[in-house]
Amino acid sequence: MVLGSALDILTQAGTPRIVFNDLPLGNPAGKPFDTAMQLRSVDAALALFYAAEEGGALETLPHRWSEQDDWRRNFMEVRPDNRAQLLSLGDENRRQRLENKRLGLFRP
Amino acid sequence: MNIEYIQRTRDYYRAQGFERDYRWANNNAIPFSRPQKPLGDARLAIITTAVVEPQIPKPTRSAKSYPLDEIPEHFDTSELSWDKTTTHTNDRESYFPIQALTSRVEDGSLGSLAPRFHFVPTEYSQRHTLTQDAPLIATHCLEDAVDLAILIPI
Repeated sequence: MVLGSALDILTQAGTPRIVFNDLPLGNPAGKPFDTAMQLRSVDAALALFYAAEEGGALETLPHRWSEQDDWRRNFMEVRPDNRAQLLSLGDENRRQRLENKRLGLFRP
Repeated sequence: MNIEYIQRTRDYYRAQGFERDYRWANNNAIPFSRPQKPLGDARLAIITTAVVEPQIPKPTRSAKSYPLDEIPEHFDTSELSWDKTTTHTNDRESYFPIQALTSRVEDGSLGSLAPRFHFVPTEYSQRHTLTQDAPLIATHCLEDAVDLAILIPI
């Protein structure tokens, strides 16, 4: 069972049971400090263990992050004005990977 | 409208100058089994991608199990990929809902929590996940007589 927020990734991976919280990545169990939402999320997960009839069972929770949907644009946004910054991030990422290899920082 | 994370990560890393797209796990055969015990008798294991030991360098992190009474007050989430513009991870319950789960044990609706919880790294290499991390966690769950396992990835 996965309680998570990236539905397309979970579906493609062949997850047996998915409880989907359509929230920004980072809070798969519910909004920070919203204990009622978190308990509802946990309860939905516990219930789906038993309600599922076959692999790929999906329960979509009704939770919303906010009235506005602006947040959906934020994650990994590529804009004309951040392209140079992203390329520089990529360069740093590639440099770090090479450095990790050189230092022997990798898993067998 | 749900976010299409696979397409979004593709666009994002292309914009970073990477030429080969990441290939997300794609399994057509979905494993499935029914719980053998009613919820009130069942033992649940929690699996997280939040980092317990940030001092271990990210490229060398592998799956590891920890006693349930050693849950960190705050896990390290800084090196994980989540929406740092919109939200935060200052509330552990928002990604590791141990209080909510404990309350269900206390009221009798859930049998018990497993004596260990499990860290699994967000790994670029599916080979590491499939041949090392997942089998280790499965072995530990069997040792702990776990009936139900929930992965809550950040």
